[in-house]
Amino acid sequence: MDKVYSDARSALAGLVKDGMTIMAGGFGLCGIPEALIEAIRDSGAKDLTFISNNAGVDGVGLGRLLETRQIRKMISSYVGENKLFAQQYLSGELELEFNPQGTLAERIRAGGAGIPAFYTKTGVGTLIAEGKEVREFNGEKYVMETGLFADISVVHAWKGDTEGNLVYRKTARNFNPMMATASRMTIAEVEHLVPAGEIDPDCMHTPGIFVKRMVHVPNPAKHIEQRTTRKRTESAVPAGAGEEV
Amino acid sequence: MPWTREQMAARAAKELRDGFYVNLGIGIPTLVSNFIPKGMRVQLQSENGMLGMGPFPFEGEEDPDLINAGKQTITELPTTSYFSSADSFGMIRGGHIDLSILGAMQVAQNGDLANWMIPGKMVKGMGGAMDLVAGVKRVVVVMEHVAKAKDGSEDPKLLKECNLPLTGTGVVDLVITDLGVFSIDKKGGSGMTLIELADGVTVEEIKAKTAAEFKVDLNGRQSNAA
Repeated sequence: MDKVYSDARSALAGLVKDGMTIMAGGFGLCGIPEALIEAIRDSGAKDLTFISNNAGVDGVGLGRLLETRQIRKMISSYVGENKLFAQQYLSGELELEFNPQGTLAERIRAGGAGIPAFYTKTGVGTLIAEGKEVREFNGEKYVMETGLFADISVVHAWKGDTEGNLVYRKTARNFNPMMATASRMTIAEVEHLVPAGEIDPDCMHTPGIFVKRMVHVPNPAKHIEQRTTRKRTESAVPAGAGEEV
Repeated sequence: MPWTREQMAARAAKELRDGFYVNLGIGIPTLVSNFIPKGMRVQLQSENGMLGMGPFPFEGEEDPDLINAGKQTITELPTTSYFSSADSFGMIRGGHIDLSILGAMQVAQNGDLANWMIPGKMVKGMGGAMDLVAGVKRVVVVMEHVAKAKDGSEDPKLLKECNLPLTGTGVVDLVITDLGVFSIDKKGGSGMTLIELADGVTVEEIKAKTAAEFKVDLNGRQSNAA
């Protein structure tokens, strides 16, 4: 069966239904499956729950689905970059479930690996642990978190072969590999599509078994949220920015 | 004189050790990378999936696929590796990162930390902060000693108990403010100790601006950060 579809819209044809849960890869705007997100917008499906670390920015990525009010709920770790998001959230139109970023990543990994729940020390004693089972192991407290599994996952890869084997590029990998495993229907957009056999089997990040459909998106427009550069005369100290606090 | 942001970052850099894997937060913690001693090998982790963060790129060499957790464009080094968010937080939660340096809204004398949410204001989310403070071996907070309101009033940030929603309970090992340095015995439960003063700052001044109870153990000297 051929996994490759001619474009994002035909790859999604008939799949997206009102009320579905969809995972979308990316960190900020880095590694987002933008063509597939646009196609979900064109599907017109409503009341969608999106599992995605962020909610895009105004006019880009999931921000486009906020414009059309197709998202009912977000499960995310950080949504700060989006005015429309704040507006819809504060007016009660949009439901929001915050997960610590590592807990979100692990919930998705667990969901894809058939693990219904796990214990983590992240969030013990905070709002995140409220209403959840807390259990002690070796004298330390851990909170139970459940695995996540979606109806559809949309992911972005740098390279893919016709078998659905995927390779990601640099920090555009982020949530994409776990999301590829954690749905009934994973669709990948790839910048470079090659015949099976072209990618070194030792260097594949996502084995093709997880990918049901693919679409070739050559030269996608990529976005930079915080363009930061240094002058050629500046000393080369590491750019050590991390958590957004 | 209270320490400047650079002096606070320089003091935080003294917590680095050769061979450390370190995660730096946004703001003053980011400046710590300017003060890594020459010859010391420190690898910076970015929780979006990178170990071995390089400097910011030259203009025209930005790569949209290569960003840090603050979504800034960065570069790679010969030591760099990339991995998924699940592997990244496996490193963090699994205790493989030696040091996390981050900002805070409030720290309590038992090591409780609040830095992600002010009720009633739009909440952006905790990102990876809860995972970092729960999992990283040593947690250092760098922050202004008091919160300054627009009307000029000051609220202490070092408290007996945090009144903002927590990021983690009993997680902070060291607090560096513009006035001094406090250690916290987060496991032993013996509380907070003032261990260094910024130049010209007195214990009395710190007491006046601190709601937390703390011991004083300055080893008979005032320290100089920079």
